[in-house]
Amino acid sequence: MHIPDGYLSPATCATLYAGCIPFWRMALGRVKKVMHSRQVPLLSLFAAFSFVIMMFNLPLPGGTTGHATGIGLATVVLGPWAAMLAVSVALVVQALFFGDGGVTAIGANCFNMAIAGSLVAYAVYRLLTGRSALASARRVVAAGLAGYVAINVSALLAAVEFGIQPLLYKDAAGAPLYCPYPLSIAIPAMMIGHLTIAGLAELAVSAGVVAFLQRSDLSLLRSTAGKVAEAAQTLPVGAARPLRALWAGLAALMVLTPLGILAAGSAWGEWMASDYANPAARGQIAAASFNHVAPQSAPLGLQRLSSVWTAPFARYAPPYIRGAAFGYLLSAMFGAGLIVLACLMLGRFTRSAARAGPEAP
Amino acid sequence: MSGVHPHKRRGLIENTLEGLHAAMERALYAEVSASRGGLLQRLDPRVKVAGLFSLVLAVALATKLWLIAAVLALAVVLACVSAIPLRVLASRAWIAALLFSGIIAAPALFLTPGTSLYGLPITMQGARTAGFLVLRAETAATLMLVLIYTTRWTHVLKALRIFRVPVVVVVILGMTCRYILLMLETAHEMFESRKSRTVNAMTPAEQRRLAVAGSGVLLGKTLHLSGEVYLAMQARGFRGEVFLLEDFQMGKLDWLALGAFAVLASASIWAGR
Repeated sequence: MHIPDGYLSPATCATLYAGCIPFWRMALGRVKKVMHSRQVPLLSLFAAFSFVIMMFNLPLPGGTTGHATGIGLATVVLGPWAAMLAVSVALVVQALFFGDGGVTAIGANCFNMAIAGSLVAYAVYRLLTGRSALASARRVVAAGLAGYVAINVSALLAAVEFGIQPLLYKDAAGAPLYCPYPLSIAIPAMMIGHLTIAGLAELAVSAGVVAFLQRSDLSLLRSTAGKVAEAAQTLPVGAARPLRALWAGLAALMVLTPLGILAAGSAWGEWMASDYANPAARGQIAAASFNHVAPQSAPLGLQRLSSVWTAPFARYAPPYIRGAAFGYLLSAMFGAGLIVLACLMLGRFTRSAARAGPEAP
Repeated sequence: MSGVHPHKRRGLIENTLEGLHAAMERALYAEVSASRGGLLQRLDPRVKVAGLFSLVLAVALATKLWLIAAVLALAVVLACVSAIPLRVLASRAWIAALLFSGIIAAPALFLTPGTSLYGLPITMQGARTAGFLVLRAETAATLMLVLIYTTRWTHVLKALRIFRVPVVVVVILGMTCRYILLMLETAHEMFESRKSRTVNAMTPAEQRRLAVAGSGVLLGKTLHLSGEVYLAMQARGFRGEVFLLEDFQMGKLDWLALGAFAVLASASIWAGR
């Protein structure tokens, strides 16, 4: 992930340096406005922390190991702008003093990991956490996924930067001057490792440390949680969460269900036994199956099992409802109602089990 | 801890301790090496930063392999006259760069389209592109190692001001360098104390839990320390403005070296077109 010297052309490096400058300026401005001088030691120490945790190699499935970069964690704790600066500082120190990443590629590495990584991690984290409480499991999952997506977006950007080099820079003999691999090789080569090993390490560390902070010092998660989480935090345990938007979305989806009638034919493989005898349905089956003609009659097993259970809302069209649209709507209401009821019962059961508490040994 | 065989391969604790130890050793060696009496150690840090960075740029721009090799030879000569042993260059720059770039460059020998080289399944263009990749990485790594082994880290950072890097950024970088050593030591102590209490090999799940808990504890310590450092800064009168003492003085030797670097870098860029 840390691009060394010699892999990117000076023009690409200069472009990415230039791309970093407005973000760095904006981040410095925002950080000064929000946290004033307190941010100076915080950024330094967080950069040092990011540097050190890169040395913690995690054993991963398959017998391999990987390490996290701390992008997701820095973003969750510091916010995207401060994280951008902290990770950039860590990358500069690594390139200058530890030979990890090239000095000409500092701009590229900062753009990919510190800037794009932090912004993506923040977007994913805020999107997934919503109004959840600071101590909720949802924040753990969100932090893990934020780190996972961020490192993969960073890797994709690096792969694209690698992949465009042979298109742009060749010597007189046709030999690529910088990274020799085109996009068709660079992208899969980078992404396979990051979607599996590096991404999993980032996911494990981001999620694990957020879970650790939930138990040890919840206040560290507050800066990126916004006022919403504060409100959620004050709700008593078991109180209804503000789910109005979710209920409205569910209602809108139910109202829109009759649109399903507009779709022609049936889903592949969801044919009924009677469809095999219907010429129009047989035509649809053949068209959807690369012109393989369906058998003249339904397979015996299908015939036998299809009559075992007759659903009350078969094909979302109850026989006692004349209007197809109304039948669709009624099916949606009935199905959604059943799911909500099951969830409520499960929630009540879980809460009563928790109240009873574990038995004494 | 678990039923895993105790003499199985090294685990997380050993690997992490080794990595932390290597980083600390590298940092301390740089400090010792920077205080030796070599040629580059006597130069103004701004001259070294400007001169060696311009050579890295010349290498990046070069389209001729012989020129990159010549700059690598120059970097080796500079290391020799600056009391940096060749074995240090080999172990800390060349082998690492060769392993990393070699693995990436090797498939290019076969995959790059072009004319076959001596009837082998590799192409001339592939060999050239692999050569560019490996030589550039080796040369840049050598030049940077020469810089950090002949200049105190704090001086390297102060010298970045010649590139108009804002003072606040230089101060943050300086503090980061200082606290990296402290963090490395803290992490080293954490893992060593755990190692002294571990009597059997740990399972991968236990190792993951240890790494995550270690990261969490280190994060907590980081933020706690940040608060303490800030209070100490305030106690010393820090009110948000940062200053940097510009105590570098250019002597005759520095001007001479600056001229030499300017000529060498310009000639390399011109010849490497």
